[in-house]
Amino acid sequence: MTELLTTAVTRRRFLIGAGGAVMVMAAPSARAQFVAEGEARSAAMRAAIKAIVGENSLPQGRIKIELPPLVENGNAVPLSIAVESPMTDADHVKAIHVFTEKNPQPNVAVFQLGPRAGTADIQTRMRLADTQLVVAVAEMSDGSFWRDEVEVVVTLAACLEES
Amino acid sequence: MISRWRIAAALAVIGATFPAIAEIPMSERKSGYDFMGKQTQAMQDDDTANAGMLWVLDGEALWKRHAGAANKSCADCHGDASASMKGVAARYPAFSPALGRAVNLEQRINSCRAERQQAKPLAYESKDLLALTAFIGRQSRGLPITVADDAGTRKAIESGRATFTRRQGQLNLSCAQCHDDNWSGRLAGAPVTQGQPTGYPIYRLEWQNLGSLQRRLRNCLTGIRTIVPALGAQELVELELYLMWRARGMTLETPGVRP
Amino acid sequence: MAAARALINVPPKARRGEVIGIKSLISHEMETGFRPNATGQLIPRNIIKEFVCTYNGVEVFRAEFFPAVSANPFVSFTTRATESGTITMTWTGDNGFHASESVAITVE
Repeated sequence: MTELLTTAVTRRRFLIGAGGAVMVMAAPSARAQFVAEGEARSAAMRAAIKAIVGENSLPQGRIKIELPPLVENGNAVPLSIAVESPMTDADHVKAIHVFTEKNPQPNVAVFQLGPRAGTADIQTRMRLADTQLVVAVAEMSDGSFWRDEVEVVVTLAACLEES
Repeated sequence: MISRWRIAAALAVIGATFPAIAEIPMSERKSGYDFMGKQTQAMQDDDTANAGMLWVLDGEALWKRHAGAANKSCADCHGDASASMKGVAARYPAFSPALGRAVNLEQRINSCRAERQQAKPLAYESKDLLALTAFIGRQSRGLPITVADDAGTRKAIESGRATFTRRQGQLNLSCAQCHDDNWSGRLAGAPVTQGQPTGYPIYRLEWQNLGSLQRRLRNCLTGIRTIVPALGAQELVELELYLMWRARGMTLETPGVRP
Repeated sequence: MAAARALINVPPKARRGEVIGIKSLISHEMETGFRPNATGQLIPRNIIKEFVCTYNGVEVFRAEFFPAVSANPFVSFTTRATESGTITMTWTGDNGFHASESVAITVE
């Protein structure tokens, strides 16, 4: 009995869900809401960057992001970051901050390094929920900030479980 | 959701439009590795970057651990796996004359547990069974896949081939229609591939986990919307064996990394 | 909780002053906290939050992870080989997660 009930609820939920999906495409207000959500996420990313950079300028340069041009699976995207720096006591990279535009949360990771690192050359793997912008910010010992940004295309894997 | 429908629609097009071609010529066979981007290939190539190695290390520990009423470890009988297990994973599934059917590596490990260790079988896709399979598979990395030539094996291969070429499911598709006839194409942006089982168990980025060939086959079967056999079903073991025969001579990459 | 398995790669020998590459991989699901389970409830977040590398007790590298870091986190970075000793990596996270691995390095 319980099992039957659960099935019935699941089916109804599915129908409501399917109806909702059609509305997103058809109704202009729903479309606007979708766009607004995207803008809110972009704003969240800008806010997260501002929390690090403050009122400082954030020119493009000195830091370089490398991501695959076409991501094969958004669950593990190889990310390489390199910053041009002599990595001396007087002039080095203090931290590297990574952000995304459309993940549920804008922050990805923060790497703290210093002159002992020798180079500012980091690799990791990140999750990308969708095709979107990835931004990396280098925080230098002289107080300056530098950025790089890459638009990444995420393809959808075929033939998944529970599809 | 809409994207999933598109995949189903694309699969349906494959089923309706393309005539059956034939088996892939030996010289044109390609591992799933060859279809991947260089970054994903790099993940597999470097042991410290290949997450599958985490399971291999777990398997190495399990290999030495005493288990069951007999309180024996794998190593007690088989010694150094790098010698005793070399080439073993490259020739499984194999036909067992005693059982009268083909047996895959996971089942072989479990029969060893039952008979020699007097221990409970490890569940399919459990962390421990994947770890032992990965560890044993790792001992055959770089070796060619081999399949025995005897009446029992041949019969099981034919049975697997029948499954591979049979149209089934709501999309009325066979494995062969994608993986023999359209392996150079793409499906929802991802390469179709030839379905060569060269790296199992694999660390699949989609799973964020290690998984067996049967898990992958069940994914495919779900994709064509057919009835999916349970893990360990004889039909899947024979399909595994057919795929290994189809990939005979190709190099084992275990633990492979795939998108 | 099952013990975490970590894999680290540090060259066993280096010249003094040489910049060496360090790679680390650890088994962890990195559950984001944003995913629903089969009944629609959110699965609680369970991530590694911090990764620290020390060289003879002195911190040389630190990373803070958010849920967007992939499962089984991999990090590669560099450090300058200063003296013989021990390089230690420590991971800490949600639900009291703690793991540590050390490796010896000889500097000539």
